Amino acid sequence: MSILVNKDTRLLVQGITGREGEFHTRQMQEYGTNVVAGVTPGKGGGWVSGIPVFDTVHEAVDVTEANASIIYVPARFAAEAVLEAADAGIKLVVCITEGIPVLDMIRVRAYLDCRDTRLIGPNCPGIITPGEAKVGIMPGHIHTPGPVGVVSRSGTLTYEVVHALTEKGVGQSTAIGIGGDPIIGTDFIDVLRLFEGDPQTRQVVLIGEIGGTDEQRAAEYIAQHMSKPVTAFIAGQTAPPGKRMGHAGAIIEGGEGTAAEKIAAFEAVGVRVAKHPGEIASLVTEFV
Amino acid sequence: MKLHEYQSKRIFAQYGVPIPRGDVATTPVQARQIAARLGKRVVIKSQVLVGGRGKAGGIRLADHPDEAERVADQILGMNIKGLTVKKVLVDEAADISKEIYLGIVIDRARRRPVMMASAEGGIEIEEVARATPERIIRLEIDPFLGLQAYQGRELAYGIGLSKDLVRDFAKIAQGLYQAFVQSDASLAEINPLVVTGDGKLLAVDGKMLLDDNGLFRHFELAEMRDADEETAEEQEARRHGLSYVKLDGEIGCMVNGAGLAMATMDIIKLHGGEPANFLDIGGGAQADKVAAALRIILSDPNVKGVLFNIFGGITRCDEVARGIREALAEVPTTVPMVARLVGTNEEEGRQILAEAKMITAATLSEAAQNAVAAARGEL
Repeated sequence: MSILVNKDTRLLVQGITGREGEFHTRQMQEYGTNVVAGVTPGKGGGWVSGIPVFDTVHEAVDVTEANASIIYVPARFAAEAVLEAADAGIKLVVCITEGIPVLDMIRVRAYLDCRDTRLIGPNCPGIITPGEAKVGIMPGHIHTPGPVGVVSRSGTLTYEVVHALTEKGVGQSTAIGIGGDPIIGTDFIDVLRLFEGDPQTRQVVLIGEIGGTDEQRAAEYIAQHMSKPVTAFIAGQTAPPGKRMGHAGAIIEGGEGTAAEKIAAFEAVGVRVAKHPGEIASLVTEFV
Repeated sequence: MKLHEYQSKRIFAQYGVPIPRGDVATTPVQARQIAARLGKRVVIKSQVLVGGRGKAGGIRLADHPDEAERVADQILGMNIKGLTVKKVLVDEAADISKEIYLGIVIDRARRRPVMMASAEGGIEIEEVARATPERIIRLEIDPFLGLQAYQGRELAYGIGLSKDLVRDFAKIAQGLYQAFVQSDASLAEINPLVVTGDGKLLAVDGKMLLDDNGLFRHFELAEMRDADEETAEEQEARRHGLSYVKLDGEIGCMVNGAGLAMATMDIIKLHGGEPANFLDIGGGAQADKVAAALRIILSDPNVKGVLFNIFGGITRCDEVARGIREALAEVPTTVPMVARLVGTNEEEGRQILAEAKMITAATLSEAAQNAVAAARGEL
């Protein structure tokens, strides 16, 4: 078992003919992901890496029965690409694109909240179930199947942690990057709920950062609903207020969203917080 | 991106929000001419992108054109929190009987724009939120429906506005929301919105923050960027597609990925150092980008050591190493450097850097310890 993606995932790539889209399509295929279709408006009828390209998501779904989509289209078209996937009935949409305007995402999220589509991201590395399917841009080889669910707002920091886990012989059930933007499709609580219900996942690593209050709400959720142990790490303890630290969502505003308050929220409910990324793997192994 | 008061108010006015008559001056003589044209008592307001202008003496009244020229002469060139005043706004002074706050922000937890109003105008809303949170009324705005007139009325009644001003207030609230949405703003604020002596509403101060990611569809707004918003290094970084924030420490760092870059800063601190910057070179960075990043780091005279932390995925370690070598050939330096490269092509990368006599480390912890020690001359 795992969450959200597995061997049954039939993946559609939106923006498959772009440089990024084409490169990562090949990478995902090499990992073993079942990529069944691509969409680029105007490029229908072509082929990329042995995969048929369609003009619309509706058509691609009709022909190939794709059940998940990954989006590599540029920021100005990405919000619409999410809507197109949802409108075509795709249940899982992963949006890699960085730089989507916040007001666009507010509308997209409000639309998705009334539909049966889950969005991961935007501005995220995607999701991987080791040994089954990779729907994202993470380096596949650092992952290995196992009992630890990983959820993070970051990309490379997650790779760092996953790499350390794998080196210690601790595998992952599913690793998911929820994205570094202020408005995202799936938050920590959504993923914690899925991990709690997944028999393969026996414990969870949560990697947060400054900005917003998603971690504080996750702490409350853990206290009330999680039976599985959670180990956390929060990046940005040295970040100054009012400055955006790379991610659009990583900013301390009006004194809110500091690393200190997030760490305190986790510690208050008994979640162990690692002092640095290297410590996460050792804390996790205590439970294995 | 931050907008100046005069820019924000002009945008508000386009959406029907009443603002005082006035204009911008860059010289004392211009200020005098504007004051003469207005023919009334004026307020001269420094236009700098920081708060606390009034307390710093950057907002003053002038009774006649001569005085306006004198005051403008004193304010122009003034230093307010490190920024030099290059422009002043000369506005007709309002006859103020009451000050209100009206603003819109994006509430991340609710995933909606939220409008806030308070009868406690004229002071920072964060201050009101701390001292008397019950004095702020908030309401969520549906992104598909926009701000409805009844919501504007609810706010007006909620802050105890007199009945004859409720309709005008609701119109201003809707105008402000339109300005917010049409500009892709992340904040739009009128503080204060005043009730004048003759019972009219007037937006005497305004502030807007724009979403940088929305600027591609607002060419005219993008043009309004004040270069002073960022340091020269931050501008240089943006030109190269790098994400850079200058800090006050002594250890420069170059990392791929924002989360990892923050974690790297934190671990420097954990081992007794202070980070000199945040710098994310992004994914798949090529050698020339890495070289630009290193030049920016080394241009900071406080930097006593540099830490490279690269987790190769899409980014190839050998490519980064070549960039570092390239930059070092261009910018000779005696600053000690520590590199930690893991992932795609790490062996090739390490070899290139070993030839450059760089200190290498296997783990992030070790790299941070080495960087702190090297910066102190202990390595």
